[in-house]
Amino acid sequence: METNIFDSGVRDMAWCPGCGNFGIRNAIMKALTELGIEPRNLVMVSGIGQAAKMPHYLRCNTFNGLHGRALPPATGIKASNPGLTVIAESGDGDMYGEGGNHFMSTIRRNPDITNIVHDNMVYGLTKGQASPTSPRGFVTPVQVNGVILEPFNPLAVAVALDASFVARAFSGDMDKTVDILKKAITHKGYALVDILHPCVSFNKINTFAWFREHTYYLDDSHDFHDRNAAFTRATEKGRLPLGILYENPDKPTFEESLAVYQDSASPIIKRELNMEKLSELIDSKQ
Amino acid sequence: MISFPVKKDDITIVLCGAAGQGVQTVEQLLTHLFKQTGYNLFSTKEYMSRVRGGSNSTELRVSSHKVQAYLDTIDLLFPLSREALDHVRRRISPGTIIIGEKEKLAPGGDDIPGIVDIPLSGLSQKIGGAIYSNIIIVGVIAALFNIDRKAIEEYLRDRFGKKGEQVVAKNIEAVDAGYEFGDGLTSSGTVSIELTRDAGVEDDIIINGGEAVGLGAIAGGCNFMSSYPMTPSTPVLTFLAQHSKEFGIIVEQAEDEIAAINMTLGAWYAGARGLVTTSGGGFALMAEGLSLAGIIESPMVIHLAQRPGPATGLPTRTEQGDLEFALYAGHGEFPRVLFAPGTLEDAFHLTRKAFAVADKYQVPVFVLTDQYFIDSYYNIPQLDISDGKIDRHIVETDTGYKRYAFSDSGISPRGIPGLGKGLVVVDSDEHDEEGHITENHDMRIRMMDKRLKKLDAVVNEAVPPELIGKKDASTVVICWGSTFPIVREAVERLSRNDMAVLYFKQVYPLHPGTGSFFKHARKRVIVENNATSQFGRLLKLHADIDITTRILKYDGLPFSVEELEKRLLEVI
Ligand SMILES: Cc1ncc(C[n+]2csc(CCOP(=O)(O)OP(=O)(O)O)c2C)c(N)n1
Ligand code: SF4
Repeated sequence: METNIFDSGVRDMAWCPGCGNFGIRNAIMKALTELGIEPRNLVMVSGIGQAAKMPHYLRCNTFNGLHGRALPPATGIKASNPGLTVIAESGDGDMYGEGGNHFMSTIRRNPDITNIVHDNMVYGLTKGQASPTSPRGFVTPVQVNGVILEPFNPLAVAVALDASFVARAFSGDMDKTVDILKKAITHKGYALVDILHPCVSFNKINTFAWFREHTYYLDDSHDFHDRNAAFTRATEKGRLPLGILYENPDKPTFEESLAVYQDSASPIIKRELNMEKLSELIDSKQ
Repeated sequence: MISFPVKKDDITIVLCGAAGQGVQTVEQLLTHLFKQTGYNLFSTKEYMSRVRGGSNSTELRVSSHKVQAYLDTIDLLFPLSREALDHVRRRISPGTIIIGEKEKLAPGGDDIPGIVDIPLSGLSQKIGGAIYSNIIIVGVIAALFNIDRKAIEEYLRDRFGKKGEQVVAKNIEAVDAGYEFGDGLTSSGTVSIELTRDAGVEDDIIINGGEAVGLGAIAGGCNFMSSYPMTPSTPVLTFLAQHSKEFGIIVEQAEDEIAAINMTLGAWYAGARGLVTTSGGGFALMAEGLSLAGIIESPMVIHLAQRPGPATGLPTRTEQGDLEFALYAGHGEFPRVLFAPGTLEDAFHLTRKAFAVADKYQVPVFVLTDQYFIDSYYNIPQLDISDGKIDRHIVETDTGYKRYAFSDSGISPRGIPGLGKGLVVVDSDEHDEEGHITENHDMRIRMMDKRLKKLDAVVNEAVPPELIGKKDASTVVICWGSTFPIVREAVERLSRNDMAVLYFKQVYPLHPGTGSFFKHARKRVIVENNATSQFGRLLKLHADIDITTRILKYDGLPFSVEELEKRLLEVI
């Protein structure tokens, strides 16, 4: 097989054999290559968890920060240098649990970044506790009598907050996932891609077969510019819809709304301090 | 008849009222008017954690010489209500002249010695309502200090012009009414003030602590700030927001302090120069982010404006209680630098330097202030920014670039994404030279040593403490941060030549020559605005200095010069 420019050649990956993360990695490499993005202009930001190790297994700039905190640095990076392609990637525990407040606020802020969430409905790295998306009744070493909390519905929340792009993928479907990722990365504004994937080590409920049985792809009958329709799909009981649920292409991005970019598109990191203006400001305090 | 003794060099005015009664407006107006008239000025405020009601007071110290510290003594008091009067009662002395509405201040008709009755209600009603009371007071004070009426008019036009001619006219009317009353007091000899003007004041600027930190940040090349509002740190956030467009600074109110520091770390990573401003509670939420800065070797500047804790404590009051917190916050071991400016000039220069040090050594740098410092104004000479160059410690990367390449100093050249051919990988896990996760124990040791080694280099650039007085003084009064001008003035008042003041503006790491300042000092008196003498402990631990006497204050208020003078007398 031809090596991909994003393939770092690392062989010792910390993921379990048979894990959906491998499929996601392949899909990401393929999507980035097909989009013609250069590794040096890509920044992958992640939190902590199994999913969050992804940037280490790719050739790219990497900010592997704290558990739950991928979105704030991703926002800071994009705002400081809008020319970079910024992807924030982590697990469901990281993004929706520990980082829940940032998830909501980043949607509201709408930076032009892509947010990939590996949704395995369990905490992988810490060995099998419930995650915000675990189903009711899910038994773990901590939730010994089964999960009693209502599962977090990331897509419904994102649509409710009028996120500018909301999609769900399944790691078992390479081509369709690549297609969704490409659309998310090229979308201008915040784009959420919740990727369902089986955790072969700790989730014996939501298995590969389970996902196959409990998902379906949205077809042309779904108008993804219709927010109410998107919300209806996001809250459907039974089978989970895959594909692009919602897009609002008209939202201004965080970067373009910032005062500093009103008169000049030059990234703030390339600008010099205007000493004359500083002198004037100091003088004005006379 | 009451007659106010003529004081020639230093007069303290206190305005006191409920929140929402316009004490703040008076402070702003008078601060500028006094300075324009040629007086030196110091002002500070203390206020309750509420938006309306309660009792807040503002002190304006007007002087013929430079003044930078808080006094308890009140020469002229303007209470706007009975509660306000009671609020400052302990500071009233036989020399205090109270100008206020007798009927309101003593509704039962009880005697208030030293009161000059002013019919504020009547005067303000005539103009249009009680809201003009504060501007009438501005007029009274202006008359007493012989401030040019034109200057006031100009200032009012500037300030209220946007609200329309009607508002300006009403305010001018209020000033006139006050002025007339004040003139009456002067001509009748009730109050007469003769204060020598200082020609040197004209070119000075007048700023407060918040502005000094904000200006220092701009001068330091700050172009990114993300923070969450928390008293008393918010003025810095506001200041930079107001100048965001002008100076190309991204200013974002984050959803919480965790987001604030992580977003700012992202900005540094991308090549910006970032600042967070917060207070103890907010900084508690930043602790993990601070630790992240430590391991990814990111520069970071943290303005920590202290207030009394634990937890929410006294939200609007002052304390120097978070020194050890700033020193030890963040899990794991990594270097950091702590500045603690005591003067406005130092706040400007040290905040500016914080960016340079953070960038050069790739470490977090703190600027520690407190409520008293942030809310105090005084006039200072123009800030010198002639050495305007900003050294950026960023390299263009090449293929094979390693973010954490080992070097003798421990400092690795810092690349940023998109600049050069290399890739920049940073990781909160222990990592190898490239930045990738490692669990190799030898690598762990080498990386720890590399990070910790940077402290040696930082020490070499440490700012030495400042000695005021003789090198061989047998008593040294030690202070750090905001208490410095108060300590200096209290010691000056004692005018003893065996006493010196040692002011620390970099509190960690200490300057290597710190010990030499204590060679002759048999008495080592430390003054701190906290309960346990945190800096005293730091001096013992890091410079083996034994403190002989501790003067501590932790009621939520700053020391006053008089109080400190008295307490120093008790111990020397
Ligand atoms: C502040 C903090 N709390 C807890 C942890 C421990 N921790 C690491 S990963 C993780 C959860 C991982 O689950 P998820 O985000 O779903 O990712 P996965 O491993 O399943 O890919 C936890 C709780 C941590 N690293 N930091
Ligand atoms: S723990 Fe689960 S999700 Fe994580 S790598 Fe293993 S199989 Fe994959």
